[in-house]
Amino acid sequence: MSMLSFERKYRVRGGTLIGGDLFDFWVGPFYVGFFGVTTMFFSLVGTLLIVWSASQGPTWNLWQINVAPPDLSYGLGMAPLMEGGLWQLITVCAIGAFVSWALREVEICRKLGIGYHVPVAFGFAILAYVTLVVFRPILMGAWGHGFPYGIMSHLDWVSNTGYQYLHFHYNPAHMLAVSFFFATTLALSLHGALILSSTNPAKGEVVKTPDHENTFFRDAIGYSIGTLGVHRLGLFLALSAVFWSAVCIIISGPFWTRGWPEWWSWWLNLPVWR
Amino acid sequence: MMKSYTVIRVALLLAAGVLVSACEKPPITTEQHGFRGTAMVKVSNPRIVAEQAGIHAVPAALPAAPQEGQKASEVYQNVKVLGDVSVAEFTRIMVAMTQWVAPEQGCGYCHNLQNLADDSLYTKVVARRMIQMTQTINSDYKTHVADTGVTCYTCHRGMPVPANVWFAPEPQKHATRMVGSKGGQNTPAESVAYASLPYDPFTPYLSKANTIAVNAKTALPNVRVGSIQATEDTYALMMHMSDGLGVNCTYCHNTRAFSSWETSTPQRVTAWHGIRMSRELNNAYMDPLTQTFPVHRLGALGDVAKVNCATCHQGAYKPLYGASMLKDYMALSAAGAMAAIPAAAAPEAPASEAPVEPAAEMPAEAAKP
Repeated sequence: MSMLSFERKYRVRGGTLIGGDLFDFWVGPFYVGFFGVTTMFFSLVGTLLIVWSASQGPTWNLWQINVAPPDLSYGLGMAPLMEGGLWQLITVCAIGAFVSWALREVEICRKLGIGYHVPVAFGFAILAYVTLVVFRPILMGAWGHGFPYGIMSHLDWVSNTGYQYLHFHYNPAHMLAVSFFFATTLALSLHGALILSSTNPAKGEVVKTPDHENTFFRDAIGYSIGTLGVHRLGLFLALSAVFWSAVCIIISGPFWTRGWPEWWSWWLNLPVWR
Repeated sequence: MMKSYTVIRVALLLAAGVLVSACEKPPITTEQHGFRGTAMVKVSNPRIVAEQAGIHAVPAALPAAPQEGQKASEVYQNVKVLGDVSVAEFTRIMVAMTQWVAPEQGCGYCHNLQNLADDSLYTKVVARRMIQMTQTINSDYKTHVADTGVTCYTCHRGMPVPANVWFAPEPQKHATRMVGSKGGQNTPAESVAYASLPYDPFTPYLSKANTIAVNAKTALPNVRVGSIQATEDTYALMMHMSDGLGVNCTYCHNTRAFSSWETSTPQRVTAWHGIRMSRELNNAYMDPLTQTFPVHRLGALGDVAKVNCATCHQGAYKPLYGASMLKDYMALSAAGAMAAIPAAAAPEAPASEAPVEPAAEMPAEAAKP
């Protein structure tokens, strides 16, 4: 088992949320823990259910395998396995695996005595997924509103769901989400480029310190957010992108049923110029 | 510092208030139109549907009249349509038409009350032509209206001029200046459900016969099919159709491939015929009446009021939610009644303006009802 020289002292007992010492050990580089076991269980069962579903379908083409949710007529009840029931079980397994993984991250944070920023960030991704397959279907009254599990089929779902509201680019939360996605990509590329440029100096020169990094951005845009601040900014931009994505889909249907362009009539009808 | 926080808080509260009040709330109703998981779903708000119920309510039919006895043309003068029905039925239809089209104005809206046979009022001339139009729709366009059919009420709903008609838009003032020309778009118009798309999708498709199909048929667009302008026009028309029918794009299309008939719903075939029907009604019936109408009934460019999807549908996927009023007034369907008057000749559209739809564009299912 390879381990960095300083890593051994961080492999400490305790910090578990559940199960005490029972699963408090490592397998190779991986911490196990109770939630490691549940992650394994849910991912294995979920994956096998997907394979089973695919075996009952018309194709083994990876692009075309489609595990579809039930018909809307089943509402919020259980559907027969081959008519969306498998999708429901796979959804349960997926949520189980994702949440287990987040809680395993929490346990590792507790062992290391660091903040919960990583599991919180992952929690936003889980929130977006659960919004799509649980919260929105419940608000719209049928599990069938969840997206199908398939590489092409989920894209078709996205397309049709957008066109249910005629023109999705007019969805205000979608606008914010898209802007944040672009912003987080731009910020990461600026930050990554800056780090690489200061750690790859010209031949014969020494690696530069954050002073140089700060100076570059002060010269370029008049302000440098700093070495810690840039990571706060990155986290904010990335989580905002995910958060507004979840908002943009939960409002489409439950809180708006018409074309998104029409939503903006509140702006057209402002008393100032109506 | 405290002060600026307060300002931010108030601003956020105001913004949140505006956003929330601009939205709707659950529960909503949904209707599946495709295979499970494709998201081909009609989404509607039952409260809004209930609000609009009045527009789509069907007025009670008048008591049936005897079909025997003398024909209308044998008793009245100058009866050019509906002359073959019995006098009793003829009178019943006249009463119904009054209720459907001019309930407040009464018979005198179309008739010179001193001489009912007189054609001096333009409304009477128009009404006669509209009866012929109704008969044509009901006999020649069963592909669109099926046996449900239409009556005057389908469009008029108790108003002399139907609520939803269209005119050619007035050209933008100063559009020839270097800046400021909106090119017939970027105006939140109701005709395109408030999108930035070209706000007159009717002239190119429901008056002229421009090609609507703009999608490439292959995964990679190797062949140029439609220009960006033509594509925007098509999407503009589709916005109108969706809005006019109170549905969304997935009511007819699986949007992964808009052009594919195989993955479209049967409703798309009905809509395909509806586009052609609207075009014929505008060109063969409405346009030739331009000189008949007084100027105040014409549009800014002097064109006659024309029909689009919303004229009949008025926000419902089927006019009056599919209730048939025609079954109580079958005379409005008699195909033969047309022969009584020479139809005003439809103007031959120049070939350049009206490209014939290639046969390949015809849906295979089109022949089926």
